[in-house]
Amino acid sequence: MSHTPYVADKPQPRETSDQLRARIPGWGADLDPADRPAVPRERYDPGASGARWAFPDRQEDAAGRERSIEHAIVTPVFGTSCPTKGVSGVVRRYAYRRFSEGRAAHWLLLMAADRVDVVESTLGSVMSRHPNNPAVESGLRSELTGHPVASRRGRSDWRHQVLDPAVVAGPWAAGALGAALGTRAVLRRLRGR
Amino acid sequence: MRAMVYRGPYRIRVEEKPMPRIEHPNDAIIQVKLAAICGSDLHLYHGMMPDTRVGHTFGHEFIGVVHEVGGSVQNLKVGDRVMVPFNVYCGSCYFCARGLYSNCHNVNPNATAVGGIYGYSHTCGGYDGGQAEFVRVPFADVGPAVIPDWMEDEDAVLLTDALATGYFGAQLGDIREGDTVVVLGAGPVGLYAARSAWLMGAGRVIVVDQVPERLEKARTFAYAETISFRETPDVVVRLKKETDYLGADVVIDAVGAEADGNLTQLVTGTKLKMQGGSPTALNWAIDSVRKGGTVSVMGAYGPIFSAVKFGDALNKGLTLRMNQCPVKRQWPRLFEHIRNGYLKPSDIVTHRIPLEHIAEGYHMFSAKLDGCIKTLVVPEGA
Repeated sequence: MSHTPYVADKPQPRETSDQLRARIPGWGADLDPADRPAVPRERYDPGASGARWAFPDRQEDAAGRERSIEHAIVTPVFGTSCPTKGVSGVVRRYAYRRFSEGRAAHWLLLMAADRVDVVESTLGSVMSRHPNNPAVESGLRSELTGHPVASRRGRSDWRHQVLDPAVVAGPWAAGALGAALGTRAVLRRLRGR
Repeated sequence: MRAMVYRGPYRIRVEEKPMPRIEHPNDAIIQVKLAAICGSDLHLYHGMMPDTRVGHTFGHEFIGVVHEVGGSVQNLKVGDRVMVPFNVYCGSCYFCARGLYSNCHNVNPNATAVGGIYGYSHTCGGYDGGQAEFVRVPFADVGPAVIPDWMEDEDAVLLTDALATGYFGAQLGDIREGDTVVVLGAGPVGLYAARSAWLMGAGRVIVVDQVPERLEKARTFAYAETISFRETPDVVVRLKKETDYLGADVVIDAVGAEADGNLTQLVTGTKLKMQGGSPTALNWAIDSVRKGGTVSVMGAYGPIFSAVKFGDALNKGLTLRMNQCPVKRQWPRLFEHIRNGYLKPSDIVTHRIPLEHIAEGYHMFSAKLDGCIKTLVVPEGA
């Protein structure tokens, strides 16, 4: 008895091409790779994009813009959202200035800076006219209207979503605990003097 | 203007931001008429992407009307109804000249490992995105295109990433007539990849997920067979059995960084961010494809290392193909497919929300509440 993976022939498809063509709209329309726009992957055709420049005009205010040290220059065009600032900005600039993209330290420092940024912005929001409102910003109101029990029935990831509050609130709780313990230690020392 | 802004992991809000301005002669300012939340936006929302700054506006799937153009713009004029690919690209660098628009070298000073993407952190260039009333669009003569009169807005916005990426992912699989194609993930991109696999002559298409309504959509929209990995003790063995123990010819990873299915990978990769995502789907792809087969990856992963079973890929002689989609290259052919009735992108849209409710939209999409598969976002006055 022949068994497919141990003989030369490919398994026979369950449906013929004609059957599939009759059942599925457009079946085989791109059967010829020549009709596939991503084939071949590289097509040298500098005129195809609509660009009329060999090198683009350079956007102003590039001085001081952080860049990967794997780039020779700040690229001619760049995003200007959220310039670096504060302690997170110092960490981000250090990550860009010191480490290439090939170094884990580059990305881990940027991730750390992201967390510092959240702490800085949270502290800043307390003083602002628009303080953080985690209840609204987390979108939890959709739990009231989104059939939370029925939606999670038949899925395993609801158990893993239980981790989310711990992931989000855990660092804040740990920080608060650390601050409380630190404050208590300082107060005890002052009282002991 | 009103815009969505990131406040920290799992927290976003809508607030007033300054109007974007022309910063380069080939810029345009687009008034956003319709945007979408992409599965990859969730990686930012969950704090997985390095250099995601508080105050950043997400959104790389959007269409709108030209509000203002820079001095050198020739191909667009104020009032044009345009669709904007998620790639920011110059059209002239080494990579763009070869059609690799998603790998443009002239738009992202923050990294050489990725091109420019709207609203996708500073790792992707630091451009604010389109989940806002207005957005700056660089290289307006290159990226955006006027939406054909016959095309509906909801189809157009899905062409800016999700449909183009799914179609691209199927092409990366190098599918041949009669091939068995497995698609991991029945989110929007996976559904489009599964549907596209038929266009390329697949003989069988099998979609793997665990969310019942998404598997149902895979059956009805993508004409696919489905497997729920929650009900399957070992999805690799199940796929081997489905393929006469040979393995699939092509496996497409349409999941990316937040794959469920392996608790260790999920906790270290997704929750604790110790990897560039949880590569469970990619490992399943490597193990369930046949020897000499092709794995196509367009699920998004972060730039940090991930625990990928590379030895299996080597020993099986696999072809691994991947990239961010160069969107505009896909459009002419996709326009034909839509006009011919082969594809109806908006069939997967489940929710339409106002921009002001976007925090709830993100949570609903993230937690997959209320049968959410694809959410569109409508700015005030759009």
